[in-house]
Formats: sequence, structure tokens, C-alpha cells
Amino acid sequence: MVRDITIGQYYPGKSLLHKMDPRVKIVLTLVFIVVIFLCKNFWSLGLMAAFLFGGICISGVPVKMLLKSLKAILLIIFITALLNLFYATGGKTLLDLGFAKITDKGVYTAIFMTVRISCLITGSSLMTYTTTPTMLTDAIERLLSPLKVFHIQVHTLAMMMTLALRFIPTLIEEIDKIMNAQKARGADLESGNIIDRAKALVPILVPLFVSSFRRAYELAFAMECRCYTGGNNRTRMKQMKLSLLDFGFVLGAAALLAGVILLNHFFVKLI
Amino acid sequence: MGNIIEFENVSFRYEADEEGQVLPLAVKNVTLGIEEGSFVAVLGHNGSGKSTFAKLTNAINIPESGKVTVNGLDTADENNTDEIRRTVGMVFQNPDNQIVATIVEDDVAFGPENLGVEPAEIRKRVDDALKAVNMYEFRNSEPYKLSGGQKQRVAIAGVIAMQTSCIVLDEPTAMLDPNGRKEVLATIKRLNRERAITVVLVTHFMDEAVEADRVVVIDNGEVYMDGTPREVFSRADELIAVGLDVPQATQLAKALNAEGIDIRTDILNEEECIRAVLELLKE
Amino acid sequence: MPIISLKNVTHTYSEGTPLSVSAIKNINLDIEAGELVGIIGHTGSGKSTLIQHLNGLLKPNEGTVEIDGENIWADKKKIRSVRFKVGLCFQYPEYQLFEETVYKDIAFGPKNMGMSDVQIKESVLRAAQYVGLKPELLNKSPFDLSGGEKRRAAIAGVMAMNPKILILDEPTAGLDPKGRQEILAMIKDYKKKTGSTVLLVSHSMEDVASVATKILVMNKGEVSMYDTVPNVFSRADELRKIGLNVPQITRIFIGLREKGLDVETDVYTVAEGCRRLLSLKKGGNC
Repeated sequence: MVRDITIGQYYPGKSLLHKMDPRVKIVLTLVFIVVIFLCKNFWSLGLMAAFLFGGICISGVPVKMLLKSLKAILLIIFITALLNLFYATGGKTLLDLGFAKITDKGVYTAIFMTVRISCLITGSSLMTYTTTPTMLTDAIERLLSPLKVFHIQVHTLAMMMTLALRFIPTLIEEIDKIMNAQKARGADLESGNIIDRAKALVPILVPLFVSSFRRAYELAFAMECRCYTGGNNRTRMKQMKLSLLDFGFVLGAAALLAGVILLNHFFVKLI
Repeated sequence: MGNIIEFENVSFRYEADEEGQVLPLAVKNVTLGIEEGSFVAVLGHNGSGKSTFAKLTNAINIPESGKVTVNGLDTADENNTDEIRRTVGMVFQNPDNQIVATIVEDDVAFGPENLGVEPAEIRKRVDDALKAVNMYEFRNSEPYKLSGGQKQRVAIAGVIAMQTSCIVLDEPTAMLDPNGRKEVLATIKRLNRERAITVVLVTHFMDEAVEADRVVVIDNGEVYMDGTPREVFSRADELIAVGLDVPQATQLAKALNAEGIDIRTDILNEEECIRAVLELLKE
Repeated sequence: MPIISLKNVTHTYSEGTPLSVSAIKNINLDIEAGELVGIIGHTGSGKSTLIQHLNGLLKPNEGTVEIDGENIWADKKKIRSVRFKVGLCFQYPEYQLFEETVYKDIAFGPKNMGMSDVQIKESVLRAAQYVGLKPELLNKSPFDLSGGEKRRAAIAGVMAMNPKILILDEPTAGLDPKGRQEILAMIKDYKKKTGSTVLLVSHSMEDVASVATKILVMNKGEVSMYDTVPNVFSRADELRKIGLNVPQITRIFIGLREKGLDVETDVYTVAEGCRRLLSLKKGGNC
């Protein structure tokens, strides 16, 4: 049933990661991504992977769910690995296929890349699993608020994101209703060639657009009635405050960065 | 007590359509006052002008001629708009199209946030408003998982959190099932009684209008009847003539009366009807 | 032979997941041709799930649905033809209008059936007549119609398929009293003219009492009653127990009886109530 859908991929919980200030979480995720790219050998990458594994354990998000987010980009990982396997130059030749050579360096690089991309995706998924879409939107608005200096309407953008999140389930339900109504009139949505199928969408898209415009119109009235005049002079009920916990996480991230630099320095660089 | 909303000879028409054809007046020469603390039902068939009337009360529609004032403030003056909307809150028909946030309590906070209220004070108002509509336990729910009646109660809480002294509800129950309608009506009545909030309920459900202190019937943009529910419902024929109806209890009395039986015709509910019939048969 | 026959029909949403909800359970139901059945029940009682099984929009997890004695899922490829035989008009059907003209919109169903242009025209005009849409409105855009006219046009879109069974999900929702009366009168008239079987989902006991020949009461995914109108409303106590009610006029007669007056309580229209009281007043029996 449509009522059961969840937007985003939030996994409810009360872990330290869930409690972290969403602003800090976004910044640290960005830092994590940058540091992943700084890793030059298996030692430093291993440190990052271990750190990520620790994060997963703390979060309480089932590993199965995180693997699911990897599944979506399995093809990208596979292609990257394949390209690296064939195009990495140097090292001992393991297999000569004539048109291409597979070297031991190629194998190492392919494995390295696979681990790197997996860490990248798992790390950012971990953030979205532990933060509600609403908190993410709020945090983005606050993080970007310095851009106001350049007359960028940060609040408006955030409001649009919130409204989109709010209306996605409503519109999904609506599409479901319209599809059933047209199917009941014999609309054939499943067979025919591409052109037939595109044509079959008209009876669904037209009512959907008409109703979306009506909703937008009514929503604008409702917001006006509640004294909405844009972001100026607006306060927020939920304040974001940095806690000791957040400073702890920042320090942890700094230590990690130092570790990666050291490991890069003391061991042979792979790439 | 004085009038919180005052209509003085108000007329209004919507802007001309694309072909430039001037539309007829949607509201014509309406003069009436809404007394502070009262519960007024506004009745009318679809297209009678009752929704247009509702939107004139808080400066969404501005009169073409005549004057609407809220606590003495003219709605035509743009400087008053914020203050007027702070006084007269509005709840609309479609519950889905007036909830802006993805979490119930964030939505209730939306109004006070727009007014620039202090965070701690907003928290207090939001909790209080959610308790007032019996939705406190759902404060962390996602709106789309609620029933229609619950969504409308959240919308009402959103208005209460702005500390408005008057709520105008534009057919708030038209899209709800019987249980949702009961929930919303009970909430409105309680707010009116316990918090002395002025309520203007626009509806076409007779059983809801029966609960009000005063019923205003609008037809063709004009005030057609204005009185207590008993006065208005005793004129069943006229109500039916303007596309409305009366409760079956009233219909029965009316039908008996037409057959020459001497029974009172200002009956509003089944208890009164049973009593009247018993009395009639005792004779 | 019943025109609709359900045997042990069960439907569970999201079966096999932790979110599985059983919407209807073990439904056994036979509806004879030519009835006008009022379906009542709370939101979530399984009404919508039930009616979507009748035209094959939903497939039962267990049990069989037979229309005209044929299992509709016997041949999966023929399921579309079931939708033409069993016309289903959803709640707020005006939101499904999409064509440039009212005529084209009403013709959508017939066109999907593969009717010839002549047949389509005939069906569209006949359906427009059933719902009382003036012919001059047929060339207008459906979005330029009034609310009530849009509703009629959308209902005509289902009637134009000439279904043997017509199902309407709350056709009067959101309409004012006059609009409600008109739609109910139109449904009654349609049934009389075509002789088809009509199923009408409604929240209003008064509406159901005024048009239906039989009432189907749904509760918690099961059929709790299926009987003639007087027989169902005579079980007022049971209806109340599941949070439903009887028409106000019936409640008045129940009240009179409780107060010791010698009246029967099988009254469900105002006209009938008036007649009973008049004869009582004149000293006759009722």
C-alpha cells in the first residue's frame, strides 16, 4: 500500500550517529569523501574502511540495508574495476591476451578502486540512513545560509525541497488512483511499442498536471493565510546546537586524516 | 461582546477570464457582523458564493465595493494584512493541500515561525495547540500517514498556534468520512466553548449547521436567511428551493404538517421529533 | 445464476513482508442480476478492495471471482474485457478527465473497447443522456465545466462502455444536497432504463436507503450483512456496534417504540414514516 512508502532511506534509531548534528554530519561526510581520495595505498584505505565499519556498528543500521545501496551501482563498480584491470600500466604481466595485458598492478588497482567506491557509497548512505530528509534539508539551509551575502535565496530553495518531500507521497498516491481509474476504462498501459506506451501515458499525465497545479494554487493560499512571506524575519522552532558529541566526532575525523597522511607517507604508493 | 468581523455593503467579483468577459458579482451587498466568541455556520449550495465570502474575511479577497473590517482594521489596506491574518486563521477543504511540512509538529510551527516568534515560545504553543486538537501523540508522524480527519485537526492546530481569535473553516469536512467529520466538528465546538475562539464554519451539511449559534444562508452571493438554527430550519421549503435540505426529523414534521396535522415544524433533531410525535398521539 | 459470485476471496497487501495487511478475508458473496446494492462500511473496512476485485484491478490471493459464471482470472489475457463488462467509477472521478473535449473523454472507454465510430457516437450520446449532460456541452473542454457537470461527464465515461454491472464509489462525495439528490435520481433512472446491476458505495445511510434494493455491510474486511434494506436496518443494534448507523427516520421510529409507542421500526424513508404516523393518528394499525 502506498501509505507504507518512506521517502529517502532513513533508518530510525537512537545511536550516536543519529544524534550527531546534521550539519556536522554533512560536513564530515564531505571530509570523508575527500580523504578517501587522498588514500594512496591499501594501508590508508584500510584505515578508512575500518573507520567506516566502526561507524556502521555504532549506527545500528543493518549491513544488509547498506549492501542494498551498493547493489544499485554494482554495474559502475564492475566497469571501473574492468577498466583499471586492463589499462593500469607497469608491474608484472600475469596474463597476455594479445590485445591487452593483465598485470599484477592492474589487479591491485582494480581491487583498490572497488574498495574505494564501495566505501564512498556506503559512507554517504550511512549519512542518509541516520538523518531524516527534513533534518537534511534544514541542515543544508543553515550550512548554505552564508550565501545570502550573494543574494542567493537559500531559504526559498530549502522550502522547495521541503515541499517536494512533503508532496511526493501524495502525488504517488494520486498517480496510483489515476492509473486505476484509466485502467478501469480499458486503458492499456502494458503492451505496444514505445510510441504506443508514450501515448498511453497521456491519460495519466494530463490529470496529474491539472491536479498538481490546483494543489499548488491552494497551497499558496494556505501558506499566505499563515503569514508566510519568504525567509525574512522567520524564526525556527527547532534550533541546532553543537554538542560535545559533535566536537568529539570532529576530533575523530582530524585524527583519521592525520592517520591517512602518515600511512600514505610511510608505505609505498599504489596510485 | 462586539463584532470581530464586520461586512459593510460588500460586493466582490473575480477578475475577468481570458476572453475579457466581465464575470457577475460573486458576493452582492453583504452587510453582517460576526460576534466575538460566537459559532456561525454559513450555508449555501456549491457556487452560491459562500467560499468567496469566507476568503473576504482575511484579505485573500478584497471587496470591489463596500468594506470588510477585522477588529476595526480595513482588509483593503495592505499594511493591515499581517495583523488580520494573525487574527483570523483559515482552514481549507482539502487537507492535503494545506500541510507544508513533512512532520506534524513542524507544520504546526510554520505559522508562528513566519511571525518571528521566539523558538521556546513556539515549542510551547505547538504542544498546546496539538493537545487542544487531540493530536499531541502524533506530533512526530508524517502527515501523509494520517487520516483525513486527523489532517484537518493538524491544520486547525496550525491556526491555533498562531493564537488567532477567530477561525474560518471553508468546507473542512466535505472530503471526510463520517468519523472524520465527527472528529473535526467536535474539535471546532470544543475550541469555541473552551477557548472562546470565534468560529465561522462554511458548509453544506445541515447536521453541522444545527450545532451553531447562528446560521447564515447564502444564495446567489446574497444573504438569504440569517437567524438561529431553529428559525432557519423551520423554513424548510425555502432551504430546499436554494438547493439545500433539512434533517429528516424536520422533514417528517413538515410532511405531517402538510397533511393537516398540528405539529411544530421547527424541529432540529430526533429527540425533539420523538417528543413532538408522542405529544401529538397523546391527545 | 448470480451475476457476481465470490468464493473464499482473500486479499492481503504486501503479502510476505512485515507490512502485510489483510484487506479482505474469506469473502463469500452472490449478487443477483438487476439488483441495486448499497455498500456501506467504514474507511478501511475493505469496501474499496472488494470492488477492485470485481473488475480485475486487484487479483485475489485466494479464492475465485466469477462474473456471469466465469472465473475472471481463468485467462489472464482476457482481464481487460472484464473491465468493460464491469464498469468501475472511482471516487472524485472528475480528476480523471483528460481529453480536449467532453465527447472525446466519454469516448475513451468505448474506443479502448475497439468499437466502430458509429457505435462510439451512439454510446457517447446515450451515456450523456443518462447523466443529463446537455449535448452542447460535449464539444467543450471538460476543464471548463462546473463541478457537478464534471462529475456527470466522468460517470458518463464509464456508462458509455455499456457495462453489465456498474460500480460507483461514493458518487455523491463533496456535492451539495441538491447535487446529491440529482446524482442519486440519475443512478436510479439509469438502472431502470438499462436493467443493469448497480453497486453503490456510500457513507450516507439516508442515500442508500432511498435508492438501494439490497445492502451489503462491510466490517474489518468481512461481509457482516447482505440483505434487503428493511432486514439490514432492522438490525440497528448490530450496526451501531460496528460504528455504523441507520437513517435518522429509522432512529426516530426506534425511539418512539422505546417510549412505548406501538410502531414497527422498519421505516427508512420520510414518506413511509409520515404514512405510518398518519394511519396511527387516525386510529388504524400500522
